[in-house]
Formats: sequence, structure tokens, C-alpha cells
Amino acid sequence: MSTATRTINFTLNGRPVTADVKPHHNVVEMLQTQFALFGARESCGQGLCGCCTVLLDGQPVSGCLSLAVFLDGAEVVTIEHLAEPGKLDPVQEAFIECGAFQCGYCTPGFVLMAKALLGQHADPDDEQIRDYLAGNLCRCAAYPEIINAVKMAARKSKAGATGLP
Amino acid sequence: MAATPTIGGQVGRSLPRLEAREKVTGRAEYTHLMQLPGMLHGKIFRSTVAHGRIKSIDTSEALKVPGVFAVYTSDDVRKVIPDPYYGPAFHDQPILAIDKVHYVGEPVAVVLASDLHVAEQAAQQIAAEYEELPAVFDEVEAAENKTLVHDELKPAGTFADLKHLKGRKGTNIALDFRLRRGDVDTAFASAAHVFEHTFRTQKVLHLALEPFVSIADYRDDGVTIYSASQGPSFVRTEIARLLGWPENRVRIKVPYLGGGYGGKLYIRMEALSVAMSMLARRPVKIALTMEEQFYTITKHPSTFRIKSGLDKNGRIVARKCEIWWNGGAFADVGPRVTQKSGFTASGPYDIDNVSIDSYALYTNLTPAGALRGFGIPQLVWAYESHTDMIARALKRDPLEFRKQNLLREGRPQATGTILKDAAIEKVLDRIAERLNWKAPFDRGKGVVRRGRGLAVALKAVISPTTSVAIVNVAGDGSTTLYCGTVDMGQGSDTAMAQMVGEVLNMPAETIRIVPRDTDVTPYDMGTLGSRSLFHMGHAVRLAAEEAKAKIAALAREVGEPEGSNIPLADLFRKKYGMQAGNIVGTGTYKPDYTPPDADGMTTNATPFWMVAGSGVEIEVDTETGHVRIMRLINVADVGKPINPKIVEAQLSGGSLMQLGFSMFEKMHLDGGQVTNASLADYKIPGIHDVPLVMENEAVDTYQSNGPFGAKGVGELATFGVSPAIANAIDDAIGVRLTELPLTAESVLRALRAKNNRPLGDE
Repeated sequence: MSTATRTINFTLNGRPVTADVKPHHNVVEMLQTQFALFGARESCGQGLCGCCTVLLDGQPVSGCLSLAVFLDGAEVVTIEHLAEPGKLDPVQEAFIECGAFQCGYCTPGFVLMAKALLGQHADPDDEQIRDYLAGNLCRCAAYPEIINAVKMAARKSKAGATGLP
Repeated sequence: MAATPTIGGQVGRSLPRLEAREKVTGRAEYTHLMQLPGMLHGKIFRSTVAHGRIKSIDTSEALKVPGVFAVYTSDDVRKVIPDPYYGPAFHDQPILAIDKVHYVGEPVAVVLASDLHVAEQAAQQIAAEYEELPAVFDEVEAAENKTLVHDELKPAGTFADLKHLKGRKGTNIALDFRLRRGDVDTAFASAAHVFEHTFRTQKVLHLALEPFVSIADYRDDGVTIYSASQGPSFVRTEIARLLGWPENRVRIKVPYLGGGYGGKLYIRMEALSVAMSMLARRPVKIALTMEEQFYTITKHPSTFRIKSGLDKNGRIVARKCEIWWNGGAFADVGPRVTQKSGFTASGPYDIDNVSIDSYALYTNLTPAGALRGFGIPQLVWAYESHTDMIARALKRDPLEFRKQNLLREGRPQATGTILKDAAIEKVLDRIAERLNWKAPFDRGKGVVRRGRGLAVALKAVISPTTSVAIVNVAGDGSTTLYCGTVDMGQGSDTAMAQMVGEVLNMPAETIRIVPRDTDVTPYDMGTLGSRSLFHMGHAVRLAAEEAKAKIAALAREVGEPEGSNIPLADLFRKKYGMQAGNIVGTGTYKPDYTPPDADGMTTNATPFWMVAGSGVEIEVDTETGHVRIMRLINVADVGKPINPKIVEAQLSGGSLMQLGFSMFEKMHLDGGQVTNASLADYKIPGIHDVPLVMENEAVDTYQSNGPFGAKGVGELATFGVSPAIANAIDDAIGVRLTELPLTAESVLRALRAKNNRPLGDE
């Protein structure tokens, strides 16, 4: 195992940061040990469940398969950055109102994926939602509620954008 | 979320979960994410053989890896815990393997290091030599006792019905439950029709997305364990026993669980992490990977031979049930599964002559425990497939045949306990109505055929068990609940807060639930078997009622008129002259229960009956065998729902989990080795597996002895899914599958065999 350490600079949740990482450290480990951010969490360790999702330059990626050293110069957003103080993101509000989770372990990943989906399709239909979220797993199987939540979030986001209630 | 919290009428509200904000912002606490100062990571070195004597364990290369703190084996463990065997039913599981290994994956040694990667790398440098022994994997074969997994049975002494097994040698049978009602032999002899079938279920696992994890911080005066546990009270008792300590020196703290489903019951990583922390004198975290979950605990595979005798009118007059439960290498809670599910193995039918034999077997596989149903889904799979096969053989409508034989209120169930508050017929009727069963159904003519099926089930909730709760009203009137029920996603915190709010006339949102901590939260038997809402619900209700009575007494004491609605804060101020004081209410609940006699008879088998069923409409592609579920209907008797929205989520989630166990989930085994131990090779339901139409219904009922008319729900929707689908496959294409999972391959093989064009081997 290499003991070499490299210093990387990147933007994390809107702030410039520096981290000393080893070649084998993945993004999840770095976020947890160096920045005390636990919203992205490793579960399957193979990029198959989506629990470790973060947004890298606006794109959702599996944090467990992304090596931390490659973040140099990148822009990273985690679940912790979605809500403003006292105000949740419409996706988060919709997940609560629709009861779109049970144990909550996979929830940050689903919320970030839903956010990314709504960035591409403001008003996705069922098929688009299912296709886009197919890479995220929920063992509690709150899938029907998640689909409802994404649709509700789309309505909320549109209402927010037009200023209508 | 409601802008203004509702006051009064808390029960029946579809309130979002209290912890919702923490979960959607990624801030909810889970043991897997916790770190303690000075903490070491432990990585487990596991057995590579299914059964063998340990000849040697070479740790020298592992110790050479830079950064390794220590490598420990059972020799080290026994220096600090002389008798390191644990388990809820049997003390048969060693903290690390002693002399023998019993399955592939059994923990043999542990590497400790500050850096997890160092520990992982060093664990790969350990080498062990074994003298391999013959192994037994099949539950029916294990019952022949030719190959023995353990030399001697070691019941824990906790359960009276296991005591007779103490010291028994030469057997793999960890419990044999028997029930004899009437005279089956005579009834079979005079029956007009006799049917016998055998059904099997496969090995599957809980696969919580937060894998098993514990962190132990041992000090000479006490140990604190942070753990993903569904049963902190049991963990405390068992760790105290292992250490020879009083319980109050053992503290278990449980944050939210990233899923449980029965997997995180009893001892998982707790005993190992304690032993490691004792040896290292540092906090030790044992956090498993997804792969390691396949080597920790699973559901019971089963074989069920079921035989029914019918009179000429189609009444079932006799039923004989023989079930073999594949418990794996250690008993865990298998003997409980064997007995408690044995009570209802003959199904929700009124049968005068019943014989049930239910056997818990040791085999050389990963141990099996409770998984969302405590054995019931395996039984329903068999008896509701069997019931459908009989109806079809007799050219009877499967619904009408069931209704003719259904167990009804006031009639004795197989154990002799009188059925009460069990809406079996109502549940069955609602499924049929939703399926529009009486209307003609188009089964199709081309490549794609259509079918429909249904199934209904009965469970006796596990008894007797105890729950204790404390309600604490502070000087400003704000109220806190202390209860040991673990919220692993089922929404118990929210439901309990609603019950406190109902009694004390407070919005549930304002009730604070103290996170589980055995130093603070009182005893609870465990969050299992759909027992919490009923048992802990009663304890919470009693605690809140006591607090309410004390509030009324205080009001009288300070001279408030009867019926005064003085704010609580003013009441405390009147008494203490400032914002001070507490009112504490406690509640303890343990229902009555009569243990079964030697024939399995009891007048009181359970405090409440659980009833649920499912109906499906499917399409089968006759060229590929692929089954597509078009519609999945789940109907259950949950009493009066405390939180209808959470009830619906439980029904929906439970049925989808069972959909995975029905259609594709299977641990593939080769010589005891799991060959698909990863999410890449072991598929669980994803969003594309959700049927296009899902309907969930709690029928309108009231549990007369339940808290606010409610009873448990967590396991219910798992019961009927598998047989409903198999019955629908038969309905669509006329083939009958008797082994789970119902893969496209097994459907196609059965169809080709039926058409005299059998497929060759793989």
C-alpha cells in the first residue's frame, strides 16, 4: 500500500478546500475523515447501490468508486449542501411529504439523483424517473413513494421558479 | 408538513416521520458512520472450509504489515472471556472459532489497526490450515444425523422448552416442535381425497444497506457499545453474562439503523468488538462490508412436506405438516422460528385433525435467524400453494375453496386457541374484490399469457415478551419519551410519539424521543416480529396515562378546580415557584400467555393474530419464461392504524422485499461457499422491479386488546406474495413451481417439461 500523500485543492459545497489524500482513498472516505461529511456513505462498495452519491462538477457519481486524488480542481457538492439554513430544497421537502424513505440510509443518494434528474428534465414522467433512479437501491423498497416525491419535487421546483405558490 | 401541529386526535394522523429532516439532509446518525478518538478498526479473517478442525493459524506475516496493532485469535479471546459462547437460544456460537470451524465464513482471527486499509491488507496475510471434516448442507439430510455439526447441544436456558435438549449428543436437531390435534391418521383413512406436496425455499439474506457494525469501548469499570442493533436490551444482558458483570456496567447505544429486517437482532458484532476492545484497551470498530453480510446471518431455507385429506364435500378434514428449517452452523433464534411459526403451519383454515412437526436443523452453512416474518413466509409459500393445487385438482374456484375451509372468529385454531380479532375472511374478500375475481378474466392466447392468484395467511405474534417505557414531562410542559424500540425505518418513533400525544393531548411533533441507550431507556425485549406497536405501544400508553394522572393530582394539590386546563408550565410554576420539576410516568406491559403442552395445545397462544394476504395479476412470456407482475395487491388486518401513511409504506415495502425473495434473490452455494456474495451477483429489487400497479389496504378493523385498537404491521405484507405469484403462474400457463425463486429459467423449464420438450441441463 502506498504511503505517498498528495495535496489536492477543490471546491466543496461552495468553499475552496485543501485535502491531503493517499492514492487509495476514495471520495467517501475523504469526505468522512477529513471533512466530517457523512451524507455520502459506502454500502455495497461496488458502485451499485448509490448510497455514496455526490455531485462532481454537477454530475452524480459513486463516491466509493471515485478516487479522491482525481478531485483536484473539481467542484463537489454533497447532500449537506442542498438545504439552506432553515430551508430545505424542494426535493428534500417532497421526500418528507411523500414519506419517500424508511431507514434513510440510501436517502441522500436518491435525493441527489432526483436533483440531478430535475436539472435535466424539469417535468419527468414515470418512465424517466424509473430509468434515472435505476442505479440506486432502497432495501426498504420505498420506490413508489420515491417516484411520487420526484414528481412532487418537479411541481414544487416549477412553482418556485415562477414564483407561484 | 402541516404548518400548525394538530392538537388532540394524534392517533390516526398520517404524520411525516419525526426524524425526516435528519434523514433527507444526510445528518441522521448511524453506527457505520461513527468514529471514536483512538479507535482501531478490526478486519476479520474467515474460514475457507465448511467444516474442519483448525490445525494451525499463522499470523506472523500479518503482524509484519506496517501499522498493524495486533492480531487476535480465540486463544487471546479466552484470556479475557473464558467461556466465549453466545446466542439467544443456544450458547453455541464462539466469538472466534475454537478448535473447529462450522461454515465457510466463520470468523477465525481479527487484525486490528488504526488504518482500515492496513487491517484489510494484513487480514489477507493470515494463513490457516484445517483438517477438513464431512459437511452437511441440506436440512432434510441433516435430520438423518449422519454428519454432525456440533458434538453436543448447548441450550441457553432462557427458554423452558429447550431445557430438555441440554447435553444431547449425536443430533443436528436443535428443536423439534410437535402439535397434535384430533386424529390425523383416522381422518386420512376415511378421507375422500388426499393430496401431498413438498415445497422448498432458498437461502436469502436481509442485506441491509448499512452492514452489521459495532464499536466497543471497554474500560475496567464498564463497557460502552455503539451498535446497529434491533435489541439493545438483549445485547446488554448477553454481554454482561459473557463478562460476568451486572447489567449496569454494560451500556448499549443505538442510533438509527440503516435497515434491520430481523438481521440486527441478538448478538452480531457486539461480542467480538467487546473482546477486541478488552484485549487492545482501545475502542474497536468492527464494520462489515456488504460481502461479509453473506457470512453472518440469513433467512432459513426450508423444506415443507404438507398433506391434506378432504371429505367428499371439499372440507379439509386432516392436514399433516412436516417442516425442516435449515438453521446453518449456529442456532441463533432458529428454535424460536421453528416453534412459533409451527403454531400456524397448517394455515388459516378450520381443520379438526392436524399434525405438525417442525424441526430446527444445524447445517454447515451461514447461520439463519429471523427475517421479516419469523418463518411465516416460508410456511405460507407452501400451504397457500398446496391449497391452490387442491382447489385446481378438484376443479374448485380457489377463492371459494378457501372460503369454505376458512378459520372464522370464535373457532379454535390448530393450537386450540380461539380465534379473535383476526379478519381472515375480510382480508381474503377484499383481495378478491380488488382483483374483480368473479368477473371473467382474459388469460390471452398468444405468446404472452395472463394469470392471477391470491393467498392469505395467519401468524401468532411471538409471546410472551415485555416492554417498559417512561414518559417525562419537564417544568415547561415539554415531554420526552424513553423507550427501547429501535426505529430502523418502520416509523416506530413517530407512532409512539402519536400515542403519547393522544393521551397527553399534545402534538406528536413536540414529543422528544430519546435515542436508544440502555443507561437511559428501559427494558424492551426487542424490535422484532411486528411486536413493538402492540407491546411497546401499551407500555407507552400506560406511561403516558400515569403521567396524566400525576398531572391531575398536581393540579388538585395546587388548588386547581376539576377539569382545569391550566398550561402545564403554569402548573409546575405554581408548585415549585419557578420553571422546575418533572412528572414521570412509567408503563410496563407483558401480555398473558400459556405455553403449549407436549401436543402443542394452548388456550392462549398469542396476544394477537396477524392476518394478511396478497393478490397478483401477471403476464408470462411462454417463450422466455419471464414473469411480469402487472398488479400487486396487499391487504392486511392491522387493527386501527396509528399512522395510516406509515402503515401503507410498511405494507408496500414488505411486499416488495418479498417480491425479491419470490422472483430472483438466491444465495448460490458451492460446497458451502457462497458464490454470489455481492450486490453485483445477488440482485435485490430495484425501482424497475416495482409492479406498475400496487395497491395496499388496511381493512377496517379494531384490535380489542390493542393500544388504541392497533396491532403490528411490519411483517404482514411479506406473507402472501410468493404463493400468490406461483398460483398466478399456474393460472396463466398451467405449470406449478414448488421451489423459490420463481425465475424465468424455472418457469421455462417447467413449461417445456409440461409440453414434453424438456430443456437440457445448464
